[in-house]
Amino acid sequence: MTGMIRPNTLALCLILFMTGWMTGCQTPASHQNDGFYDQLGQRSGIADIVEDLLFLIVDDARINQSFKGVDVQQFHRHLTDQLCELSGGPCEYTGRSMRELHADMAITDTQFNALTENLILAMEKNKVPVGAQNRLLEKLVPLYPDIRNL
Amino acid sequence: MIRILTFMLLLPATLPHAQASDPGSRIWATGGVTTIEGSAGGGLVPWALLSGYASDEEWGGTLSLSQAKVDDYSLTVQAASLNWNNRVELSVARQTLDLDSLVFVLKDGFGIEQDELRQDVFGLKVRLFGDVLYTPWGQWSAGVQYKRQRDFTVPDTIGARDDSGTDLYLSGSKVFFASLFDRNLLVSGTVRATRANQGGLLGFGGDKNNGYEFMAEAAAGILLNRQWLVGAEYRQKPDNLNFAEENDWWDLFVAWVPDRRLSLTAAWVNLGDIATLTDQQGLYLSLEGSF
Repeated sequence: MTGMIRPNTLALCLILFMTGWMTGCQTPASHQNDGFYDQLGQRSGIADIVEDLLFLIVDDARINQSFKGVDVQQFHRHLTDQLCELSGGPCEYTGRSMRELHADMAITDTQFNALTENLILAMEKNKVPVGAQNRLLEKLVPLYPDIRNL
Repeated sequence: MIRILTFMLLLPATLPHAQASDPGSRIWATGGVTTIEGSAGGGLVPWALLSGYASDEEWGGTLSLSQAKVDDYSLTVQAASLNWNNRVELSVARQTLDLDSLVFVLKDGFGIEQDELRQDVFGLKVRLFGDVLYTPWGQWSAGVQYKRQRDFTVPDTIGARDDSGTDLYLSGSKVFFASLFDRNLLVSGTVRATRANQGGLLGFGGDKNNGYEFMAEAAAGILLNRQWLVGAEYRQKPDNLNFAEENDWWDLFVAWVPDRRLSLTAAWVNLGDIATLTDQQGLYLSLEGSF
């Protein structure tokens, strides 16, 4: 490099703004669950989404091996309850914790992305509005470190 | 239905799947598009996203063609990139700036006959940590752009010091889910250390200032759905030459990502004054294919 590096106020402001994310500048105030659970079609709508998700998983070479041997009925019931509870519905997830479940699976980013993609496709297939899709994804994103075992 | 599923999950997955030929596993539109300097980002500003759709066990890349037509200039960019494991992005871009009406200024004022300026940009970007979608602090990347002038006569004449230069930058990008109107919001900030005049097309360093300076760049966009991203970008610029004032750049963009293979971006760009010709505004179009 030639010459001096001259600090620049705007650049410094931007650094401060960028590092502001580190200190918990999260998504604006959490939403009330107004209409979000209903937009997913309540528990029966969510059950349909999960069923379509399972069909997509079976067909997806990136992740179907990880689901071999899974009790499909129990998986379907647990995931439906979990999504129902996360979206503010009157359900209770009774399965094991996400971290415990995925502890020995060594889930990769590729696999995590594949599941996210299939969930979005399943919601699209069930005509879930984009806003409600995003609200559900917002609730699921905090599970990332548990599922990736980070 | 559930019983059929149980049966299917017991079957070994031996058939190669259609997705094997997909450009990668990252979620739609998280590859951004190709900037005029070849790095993944928006149009004018690099983002922390790496090009294409390769995730951590994949590789991929992009090819793109872009053109900006402002009042007195047109810029054409051909670019290519490779992404390894969503960790390292390598890019190359060839820029050609048609000088159009500046040709007469140069001929009358300096006796130079030159109708275009060409520059090559070689880029390396490394994802340091984080994921733009999944981690609370977003995704952070550091990058280098080595730029090499191919026609230095004009920059040399108007006071530029060097015909090549290296920009260093740090970028942070994050998608906030269900933000405005429950749409996902992408926010990106970049700090760049540079000596480049007009991105390097007018050389590096100058008679007014010859040192590195930090420049702030930012972008924000709303994903209307997973195929449409609408937003704006801002790029602060140095002002190294006495010959003419250099202004900051900004743009308003719409990107259409029908699937992972293709993106089409249109933008209104404002490049300010360039080499004495004032208020350069116009349309930017970019077509990108991912593999």
